[in-house]
Amino acid sequence: MNNPPDVSQDPKEYEEYAHNVQKHVRGYLMVGALLLVFTGITVALSYVDFGARKANIAVAMLVATLKASMVAAIFMHLAAEKRLIYRILIFTGFFVLGLFWLIYLAWYDYPVVR
Amino acid sequence: MDASTSLETHHHPGAHGAEHEHHELGWWRKYIFSTDHKVIGIQYGLCGLVFLFFGFSLMMLMRWQLAYPGQALPVIGKLLPYIFGPGTMPDGKMAPDFYNSLGAMHGTIMIFLGIVPVAFAAFGNFVVPLQIGAPDMTFPKVNAASFWAFAVGGVIMLTSFFVPGGAAKSGWTSYTPLADIADKGPNYNVIFSGQTLWLLGFIFLITSSLLGAVNFITTIIQLRAKGLTWMRLPFFVWAQFVTAFLLLLAFPPLEAAIVMQFMDRVAATSFFLPSGLVVNGAAVSVSGGGNPLLWQHLFWFLGHPEVYVLILPAMGIVAEILANNSRKPLWGYKSLVFSVLVIGFLSFVVWAHHMWLTGMGTAVSAFFQTTTLLISIPSVIILSAFFISLWGGSIRFTVPMLFATAFLPMFGIGGLTGIPLAFNSADLYLHDTYYVIAHFHYIVAPGTIFGLFAGIYYWFPKATGRKMNDFWGKVHFWPTLICMNVIFLPMFLQGMIGMHRRWYDGGQGWTLSGDHVWGLTGFQWNTPISWAAWTMGLAQIPFIINFFWSIKHGKKVNDNPWEATTLEWTAPSPPPHGNFVTTPIAYRGPYEYSLPGRDRDFTMQNEPVEPRERVRRKTPEAVLV
Amino acid sequence: MEIPYTVSTRPDTGLWNAKVGIWLFLASEVMLFGGLFSAYIFLRLDAPPGMWPHGLLNVPVGTMNTAILILSSVTVVLAWAALKMRRYRAYWWYMLATILCGVIFLTVKLVYEWPQKFDHFGAYIKPEALGKYEQYLGNEHAAAKGLPPRLEITGHLHNRAALTDPNIKEYEVYLDPVNADPTNPAMDRPHFLYVPPTHKLAPIEKEDVERATMFLPTHSAYFASYFTITGLHGMHVLGGVLVFIYMWLPVSKKLYQRNPEHLANRVEVAGLFWHFVDLIWIFVFPLFYLL
Repeated sequence: MNNPPDVSQDPKEYEEYAHNVQKHVRGYLMVGALLLVFTGITVALSYVDFGARKANIAVAMLVATLKASMVAAIFMHLAAEKRLIYRILIFTGFFVLGLFWLIYLAWYDYPVVR
Repeated sequence: MDASTSLETHHHPGAHGAEHEHHELGWWRKYIFSTDHKVIGIQYGLCGLVFLFFGFSLMMLMRWQLAYPGQALPVIGKLLPYIFGPGTMPDGKMAPDFYNSLGAMHGTIMIFLGIVPVAFAAFGNFVVPLQIGAPDMTFPKVNAASFWAFAVGGVIMLTSFFVPGGAAKSGWTSYTPLADIADKGPNYNVIFSGQTLWLLGFIFLITSSLLGAVNFITTIIQLRAKGLTWMRLPFFVWAQFVTAFLLLLAFPPLEAAIVMQFMDRVAATSFFLPSGLVVNGAAVSVSGGGNPLLWQHLFWFLGHPEVYVLILPAMGIVAEILANNSRKPLWGYKSLVFSVLVIGFLSFVVWAHHMWLTGMGTAVSAFFQTTTLLISIPSVIILSAFFISLWGGSIRFTVPMLFATAFLPMFGIGGLTGIPLAFNSADLYLHDTYYVIAHFHYIVAPGTIFGLFAGIYYWFPKATGRKMNDFWGKVHFWPTLICMNVIFLPMFLQGMIGMHRRWYDGGQGWTLSGDHVWGLTGFQWNTPISWAAWTMGLAQIPFIINFFWSIKHGKKVNDNPWEATTLEWTAPSPPPHGNFVTTPIAYRGPYEYSLPGRDRDFTMQNEPVEPRERVRRKTPEAVLV
Repeated sequence: MEIPYTVSTRPDTGLWNAKVGIWLFLASEVMLFGGLFSAYIFLRLDAPPGMWPHGLLNVPVGTMNTAILILSSVTVVLAWAALKMRRYRAYWWYMLATILCGVIFLTVKLVYEWPQKFDHFGAYIKPEALGKYEQYLGNEHAAAKGLPPRLEITGHLHNRAALTDPNIKEYEVYLDPVNADPTNPAMDRPHFLYVPPTHKLAPIEKEDVERATMFLPTHSAYFASYFTITGLHGMHVLGGVLVFIYMWLPVSKKLYQRNPEHLANRVEVAGLFWHFVDLIWIFVFPLFYLL
């Protein structure tokens, strides 16, 4: 789904432009509804016993990531953003995941028996 | 594409005139709450220099205690209690807590109130928009907000000296649990204690840096002049660009940690307090369940990129000055750009080399050792490129060039002495000794600060239209260089025989150990080091006088006294609001010195390319659109 | 002197300045909340069994707040779309809706959720006294079922003075359902609907208590993390609401009349910030309320 393009400078093209933006509005409403549905799903799934607590965490994080992706891609127009923004975010993602992973690794790789 | 900011053809005719009106700003808006990048740059610069001198003075006080432990400091020792409180220097002798405060605040102030504001914010703000041909930063009001946040943070940090208990005293690294429990008890105020004010001040400083980083990156991306492609940027701009990214992405986890330490101190949480903690014989009444290592991870996640924040702008400054004063292009421009990008990237994944002694396992330790060794490679590439740039040049030793040239071996010593610290096995011995102090000071002091001095002498004519005095510049340079080495070279040896840092007694125990280096015990070396430090303080006086005197009485010069090539030298000195009389267009690279077949040994970036010149790069028109 | 590319896009990047700026700022915010989440991971991993509580937060209220924030994300993007279509009236209503949603979110948190926690009591029992309070803890039952041990008795504190008065030797607690009936299988996992403390009053002697506090940040690593992260998140919500109010007041109409695209860009930038705030909550909600 594309981001509505930047408005043109020609007033005559506004009519067509406004019509194009209208098409995206439907998309926003659909995503909004989906987010509410997934919220309900997250809550419901949290009361299902998947065995280990870790499994519950994994499932919840999966749903959360899905919801977050929808917000990012559609509401924040990331699905049709420029390359520069992608590059900034990819590096950020790499560093924040590195922060998580390396702290976890430091905790896990402890020579003392817990 | 035109450079208009508004779709004016579509709006009220009345509004059209209002946007082009140029009303005169009042004195406060022009000089104090200015949104002009040059004024803000100078504000950062002056404040930063004052903080640098203040932080330096704190160290000069410490050096007394190190050289003459337990002895009363003459004259000054009697005055200080009136400023800092009676408990700090009873009978003119330094109290241990005060020594610790001086140490913690020396580090904090030099780094965050001195070098970062001067190297990144001051030089960046003043020079970068000029070097890329922009009228100002993309967000001038945010720029002003960033400066004032810094000022507030600085005031809070200074205020911390005057609260009961004095300033923060748990090291500039504020390790927990000590920092959590310091300055707490019946005589202390929960908010107005040294450590808590340190945390609050830091929040303002981080906010300032984040806003500044956003501004720098956006400006460099969006406001480059026509024809100024990425690979035509002066290396200084690249260095500031990477530095801004480091600040942007590395500071926030520390901000999170600071909020958590604040909660620990004020709301009795236990983010960093482990279960079963006992202080002064009594169990601490908090929930426990926290982990002191969490603080270290989050602190050093910033702490390591921070050291690259300290060095990269100085490298950028040195690059400009080396090219200018050897009258030839920088050698290996592409390697320099690539190296600075790799340094920026790798700096995020090396941080645990500050934590070798925390008992981490072999796997994570191997990871960080590898990345730490890898990051030394681009640093060596950059330094080598600088050295090679001098080869075959027409070197002229102007005052900026003296400092820039001295930077090279000084940074070399600093960088190379870091390599043993990259191995956790060697660091087991060297950690927390004077070796570490010598290593990082070589990089920041005769490294970065020399770069900053070079930059001040170099760009002073652009900011004021006058040159600083050359003779006094040399009087500033030579003693400073010699003293730097007398101070820090013996520290390596003190560290190698095991002398610890942060010890109040100056390492007196090492007299008894019997170890001698170059004829003196480790402890005895404190005396010549201290005298060199005080001499170096005196050597800054010619600089300070020269700086202020030259603003009004320095020799007047034209717009390009150094005959440099980059775009800032096409603007008037000092540049007016909006910077350029006509918007510059870049036709060539940044270091076109000594082009063959020309009557001058330099060609400015905005000089059009003549048909007879064979230029491999795209023409400006082909670049945009 | 005008700064180029404030409204129009720069050709080679395809972006206008504030868009680059806001994404850079959001990148730093990712790192900020990343630092906080890494603290959460660290503290939770380090917590001994039974020391990381579950089911202490009100899930229906949290779900409702999540829905409100999602709704506000929808309304803000609709507000932006209305501006791009030059429909100021619609923009004004959608922006108002967004502001109200934000205010409701904060009100629910500050007036209901947090005070309800501050009013709830928890006492960690000393390891040697766990057997004495087995009737409230049900650890044999928990061990048999492979559940983590229960180390805390929670509920409504009847004699508040006991917290500060050393002469009072015991806490009188109206027990939470899980402590009132610990061997009931229904108590093994948290409920969806919030069940208030029962009328069963239990005395807990202070000398058997390791540590007793209300549900404040100081109570445990869990509540420390919860209040800090939701507090910081709440400050971001407040900041967003204030910016939206500024963009909704009549001063925005002036900018709209002068340069509607400039206002649309500002709303887009503020909207991006708002979506990010929503995004953080999407992760905070399950991590604290559900897991």
